[in-house]
Amino acid sequence: MGPNRTWLLIAPAMLVIGIFMVLPLFLAVAYSFMTANPYGGVTAPATFDAYLQFLYQRDFDDSLVFSPSYALIILRSIYLAIATTVICLVLGLPVAWYIVCQTPERRRILLFAVTLPFWINTLIRTYCWILILRDEGLANGALRHAGIITDPLPLLYNDGSILLGLVYTFLPFMVLPIYSTLERIDPRLIEAAHDLYASRAAVFRRIVWPLARPGALAGATLVFAPALGSFLAPDLLGGGKKLLIGSLIQMQFTSSRNWPFGAALSTVVTVVVLTVFVIRSRRVQEERR
Amino acid sequence: MNGAKPFDWRHTPGLSAYTALIFVFFYAPLLILVIYAFNSSRLVTVWSGFSFKWFVAVANNGAIRDAAFNSVIIAIVATIASTAIATAGALALERGRLRFGRGAATALIAMPLVVPEIVVAITTLIFFSGLGMHHGLINLMIAHTVFCIPFALLPIQARLRDMGGTLEEAGRDLYADEWRLFRRVTLPLLLPAISAGAIMAFVVSLDDFLISMMVSSAGSTTLPVYIYGMMRLGVTPEVNAISTILLAVSIVFVAAALLIGRRNKLA
Repeated sequence: MGPNRTWLLIAPAMLVIGIFMVLPLFLAVAYSFMTANPYGGVTAPATFDAYLQFLYQRDFDDSLVFSPSYALIILRSIYLAIATTVICLVLGLPVAWYIVCQTPERRRILLFAVTLPFWINTLIRTYCWILILRDEGLANGALRHAGIITDPLPLLYNDGSILLGLVYTFLPFMVLPIYSTLERIDPRLIEAAHDLYASRAAVFRRIVWPLARPGALAGATLVFAPALGSFLAPDLLGGGKKLLIGSLIQMQFTSSRNWPFGAALSTVVTVVVLTVFVIRSRRVQEERR
Repeated sequence: MNGAKPFDWRHTPGLSAYTALIFVFFYAPLLILVIYAFNSSRLVTVWSGFSFKWFVAVANNGAIRDAAFNSVIIAIVATIASTAIATAGALALERGRLRFGRGAATALIAMPLVVPEIVVAITTLIFFSGLGMHHGLINLMIAHTVFCIPFALLPIQARLRDMGGTLEEAGRDLYADEWRLFRRVTLPLLLPAISAGAIMAFVVSLDDFLISMMVSSAGSTTLPVYIYGMMRLGVTPEVNAISTILLAVSIVFVAAALLIGRRNKLA
């Protein structure tokens, strides 16, 4: 197939994604420099107001007052996304290793079981935790039944429940890339290490972990990026009171009607996420060299 | 030293119990949802016998039926469009000769997987409203086609890579022109992967919530958006029942895609 025909075949995919996904990203950047229209949308003139809003608030007399509440939401989102990534790594690495150690037939079944949650609606997966954690839920019911508590514990609507929801949603994204790097491990390396009297801990630290690292790195980006912009876990399990960037962005286009601020926030998220992906692909290329 | 017991690196003490625990973590919440959906009591958490009545209530709910109808229509259109686009794209990436731009094309097609959903949702909203496009279902069909493309493309591309170019070369040696080659050799070999890709696209479209919520308008509500609205009002047996239905649909379709993909390997 020559270059002309190749371009012809790939053109539809590039055009559709280019027009309906990449162009809107740039349009959002433009919107972030406009003035909010209280009825939704934007109007002239162009301003930096949306970005100033990260740190300042406009007072009644139009003066800027330092107000870090939005900056704190951004920091909290980053903190929760990093915490999710770390927990997923700690929980997922042993699972990936276990799957690698199984027979091919069992590997296939286990991999399917890890992949399946990815294809199940996140809305429904998140909702399941409401059934378990709410005041009349399964967990509180069981604890009350066992006589451990009399009043329900506030398990829902806090950072812990948000974190739980995020880990539950994104854990498969960590297991799969680590598995695919560990799968290529040469068993003779481990046997050789053992012959040289390496302990299990040493085998892990000196052989398994260095080989798993590129997969862990890939998994970390795949977990961090969507966790940073997540909407459902903070909305359903955080009760919408504990805002994260995802729900803050969504609010600007619904109840708050401040499109420029929402566009500015989403631009910041996009820049952070794309930077993370670029850094990762650079490091992957460096390690290949 | 281990003495009598030979060293077996494939066995780490306690690891199988740990992994079992993680799988319980994955699946127990879903199982709990399904069990509650069959609970006849209106008080969701109090068990008072097995019943199908909430499924009947869901089936008789006109708003849910309308939303489900919208979801299926959108998913069918998005599946057909994205699978056709993805098949052409996969052929170009795997069989085409490009002197430049392959990396850029691959990166562009992967964009829907990289950009966070909330960003896609609001930028698509901005785009449609900026253009003055208020076409309800059509807007949703376009938005869904975009993010379904990479999901449809991945299995097709993988299959093209696996099967190599030898059969196509044989066809070329027998003087088949490009179109005949595609119709008689490549397409039949590729069909299982195309079906798998289409099923994945269908499931992804059917399940999409965030983008649909931001892009949809009155009258073009999809099923997940409607379910979300129900959830916001509180935990009810109807939510459990409709969620269980959606859960079952996803599992059946993904299992089908996997089986087709496996037959693919044996052939």
